[in-house]
Amino acid sequence: MNNQGTFMMPPAESTLAHEVDALYYFIYYVSLFFFVLIVACSLYFVLRFRRKGKQVERTPDISHNTFLEILWTVVPTVILAIIFVWGFRGYLKLTIVPKDALQIKVTGQRWFWSFDYPEGVNSLNDMVVPVGKPIALLMSSQDVIHSFFVPAFRIKQDVLPNRYTQAWFEAKNVGEYDLLCAEFCGTQHSSMLGKVRVVSTQDYNRWLEEAVGSLGAGMPLKDLGEKLYTSKQCFTCHSLDGTKIQGPSFKGRFGSEAVFTDGSKRTVDENYLRESILNPQAKVVAGYLPVMPTYQSLLKEREVDALVEFIKSLKP
Amino acid sequence: MATTSTHSAHPDYLQHHFSDPQQQQEAAKLGMWIFLLTEVLLFGGLFCAYVIYRSWDPQLFINANKELSVPLGALNTIVLITSSVTMALAIRCVQLNKSKQSAAYLIATLAFAAVFLVVKYFEYSHKIHLGQLPGQFYTYTGIEGNNPHIFFSVYFMMTGLHGLHVLGGMGAIGWVLWKTVKRQLHSEYYTPMENVGLYWHLVDMIWIFLFPLLYLIG
Amino acid sequence: MYDKALPQPNYLSEPKGLKSWLLTTDHKRIGLMYFAAIMGAFILGGIFAMLIRIELISPSKVMMGADAYNQVFTLHGAIMIFLFIIPSIPAALGNLILPLMLGAKDVAFPRLNLCSWYIYVFGALFAVYSMFANAVDTGWTFYTPYSSETGTAVISMALAVFILGFSSIFTGLNFIVTIHKLRAPGLTWYKLPLFVWAIYATGILQVMATPVIGITMVLLVLERVAGIGIFDPAMGGDPVLFQHFFWFYSHPAVYIMILPGMGIISELITAFSRKKIFGYKAIAYSSLAIAFISFLVWGHHMFVSGQSRFAAMIFSFLTFFVAVPSAIKVFNWMATLYKGSISFATPMLYALSFLFLFAIGGLTGVFLGALAVDVHLHDTYFVVAHFHYVMMGGTVVALLGGIHYWWPKVFGRMYSEVWGKVCAALVFIGFNVTFLPQFVMGSQGMPRRYYTYPEQYQAMHLFSTIGSWILGVGFLIMTIYLLHSVFKGRIVGKNPWGALTLEWETTSPPSPHNFEATPEVTHGPYDYDKIVVEPT
Repeated sequence: MNNQGTFMMPPAESTLAHEVDALYYFIYYVSLFFFVLIVACSLYFVLRFRRKGKQVERTPDISHNTFLEILWTVVPTVILAIIFVWGFRGYLKLTIVPKDALQIKVTGQRWFWSFDYPEGVNSLNDMVVPVGKPIALLMSSQDVIHSFFVPAFRIKQDVLPNRYTQAWFEAKNVGEYDLLCAEFCGTQHSSMLGKVRVVSTQDYNRWLEEAVGSLGAGMPLKDLGEKLYTSKQCFTCHSLDGTKIQGPSFKGRFGSEAVFTDGSKRTVDENYLRESILNPQAKVVAGYLPVMPTYQSLLKEREVDALVEFIKSLKP
Repeated sequence: MATTSTHSAHPDYLQHHFSDPQQQQEAAKLGMWIFLLTEVLLFGGLFCAYVIYRSWDPQLFINANKELSVPLGALNTIVLITSSVTMALAIRCVQLNKSKQSAAYLIATLAFAAVFLVVKYFEYSHKIHLGQLPGQFYTYTGIEGNNPHIFFSVYFMMTGLHGLHVLGGMGAIGWVLWKTVKRQLHSEYYTPMENVGLYWHLVDMIWIFLFPLLYLIG
Repeated sequence: MYDKALPQPNYLSEPKGLKSWLLTTDHKRIGLMYFAAIMGAFILGGIFAMLIRIELISPSKVMMGADAYNQVFTLHGAIMIFLFIIPSIPAALGNLILPLMLGAKDVAFPRLNLCSWYIYVFGALFAVYSMFANAVDTGWTFYTPYSSETGTAVISMALAVFILGFSSIFTGLNFIVTIHKLRAPGLTWYKLPLFVWAIYATGILQVMATPVIGITMVLLVLERVAGIGIFDPAMGGDPVLFQHFFWFYSHPAVYIMILPGMGIISELITAFSRKKIFGYKAIAYSSLAIAFISFLVWGHHMFVSGQSRFAAMIFSFLTFFVAVPSAIKVFNWMATLYKGSISFATPMLYALSFLFLFAIGGLTGVFLGALAVDVHLHDTYFVVAHFHYVMMGGTVVALLGGIHYWWPKVFGRMYSEVWGKVCAALVFIGFNVTFLPQFVMGSQGMPRRYYTYPEQYQAMHLFSTIGSWILGVGFLIMTIYLLHSVFKGRIVGKNPWGALTLEWETTSPPSPHNFEATPEVTHGPYDYDKIVVEPT
């Protein structure tokens, strides 16, 4: 593939990079044409009609030419209209994130980039992504404004402190690409560099597994569970202090008696907790709606163990 | 090349680079109108900020707005409108060569301006007392919602800048008052007073926008 | 055919004494004082530019640390924009020439004019203070929240911008009124030189845009002093609102910079081709069109700032719309050359340089207006190169052309034509060597405001730095021969170029009151088809 880039543009490594380059080169050649036209005409006139001798002469009265004037108003207008539409369409493609994209949370902070994966993995300045899969970036800043810029992917988006911004890309080839901060952010602005490491799907899964593994390795199950309670957003529905939110509180849950919507009862034990995490709709506690999603594919075996251990530890 | 000489009648108020008093007056008036345009744009930035923050959090503005005293705001509105009337009367009098009456009206305008500032002083000191100050100095706790200090940032910025314009206007009125007493302004030449009048009406107009936006819209 | 001595009395010699200069209300003296002040600012900004280029000769540290570098590029930008280029053509050449072109004795408000110069100096002192007191390091754009947090002297620079704004407003106001009310008898709107139209359009921009930057800077200062939180995300404020405010001024400001330059080019091309301007009304009205549309395109600086797609679309569309009047002007100038009687005097060399450089500057703007391409090019060296082609290749080159054109009128003496041509060539070559490589490295992804950079860009940075030295040499020689000519230059007559606008009908240098008698205008500014004037 075109890994060398062209004289003007860096290698085109995302699915949309070629579209951006096509417009770039369209404008480039149109500009070149008009530039050569202007310079050639000017040069020709200047040389052809240069003043000879000291004698002062009258020059012809050429004050306007309706045809020419309409021509050089309409032609640029039409060309610019084409470029506008083309540019806007490309912009929509660059900014509208595909639905099936892999979500990565990007956080800019003086002077490094932090990436959070849905699996709970965090990585600094090193974004590992699978090749051939759209990657959606949800971005915000911890301090001043930064800008996420990957030249090879032709994407750039400011990263703001008070709201989220979004960008996306789909890498075409395995490789390592520069990530730069493009909005001035202080002393180390030019060192706020990262890498986007595009790897094969297998390598990506392996990397993720290792990262997830190392995430909880050596950590007591209870502590890992506590960490997951936050990182998996359990807290949005289950409190630790007995407060009723969308779901029952975890406080003193273990060992208590649960009453379900169908009227049946059961003591809360390890197997019930496990079932409720992996298949929440099987038994719904009376007084609550069946709104919890399944965590079947989102949690590893050890993580389920950890959450169960954590809930067990929360005595009444 | 023809020569046009207009040096025959050259009154002392006519500056040398103008050919006649009419040209001078037109130039001064046009200049004043352009200056007023810049003033409108200066406040325009703040009005934009008001609109943007209001649209972000309308409830906050509704809650915070209750803290302002409508009677005091209304009193100030009446005071300023009256001062615009006395200003207009002062110009009318100087056009009719009634210098003394003109001066009296100017003094009345000054007095109204002072009343405005005194009322403003009481409003401000009450707010300072309650801790309803902009930004980091905000300590009041009686308003619901996030960041109520934003409302007071906008309030103090807008009324503060307006207050500065009232002060500046008083200076300008004082200046034309002095010129009137010195009999430098008369039916032939009253451009400075006319321009100060235009400026004063603008200050009045801006308040007429500020009053409903800050005090009334709930 | 020339006199042996300068005509007396002239505005330079009478009245005498320092006080007579400091308290003058003569537009020509105020223009000269402005000229001296902005040239001081240009030298200062130029020194900072050279320091930037030297530091960037290698990817790692050359002579200063990262913080010093950030301060240097900020000062370069802030000084060049606010102290040099915005007042340059209107306040210096406009003051010197505009009333002469109108056949007026002075501007409408001479005391306000002097006042604006003192305000400029006062504002400049704040900027200089900021230079020495832990210089500001935010970039000339002062983006929040960085500018509300950084420990450097942002307040004094923001106040400088606020104060300088008044100077700019007063100049614009003065010129608008002067053009409306003080034209010589017979000088109808369509007989005005195009420089006057350009200054008129610029005046509208100065008057309408500058108050907004004023209030923005006040808010920024209050943000730092009192923590009002309008732009502070931690307090519920919005940092992007600052960008909207800032560009609402700073985009029209770009046209405050370029429109007067375009005006000069219309004068130079006609005078040195001895040819009626092609499409007078098209050029005049395109200046006004540019002025009005320029208020509606500020969002094109913010395509990746997180504004809505709809806003981006509108701003992109209007941006292309503003490109059309500029294109029309270029074609008109080109057509004016046709069947002219073209001389290659120094000012004309600058005018031709302008056509070349402004064409590049304008065409590269089309890349940046196209949304999809701008996402890649935004905040890279491509943008840096683009605005230098417009601001320096356009405005500064036009200013140099204007200086060389009106120099004999202002001082009554001529500079060395040979050195003039040599320097015009040096500036042209040096400029292109400096900034052409920046288009390439910007496209390749080199972000702006980078103290260190990936090694693949070094070759182009090296080119760029060498170009800056050529430019430096050019400006150095220019300073020498121009200063020399003030004292030793050949004395010229009223009209050394044989041009037809009014300023050439009075003596060089003009008398304190400009004209012996108020001139009456009977012909258009470019009636070279009817009138032949021998150069004197």
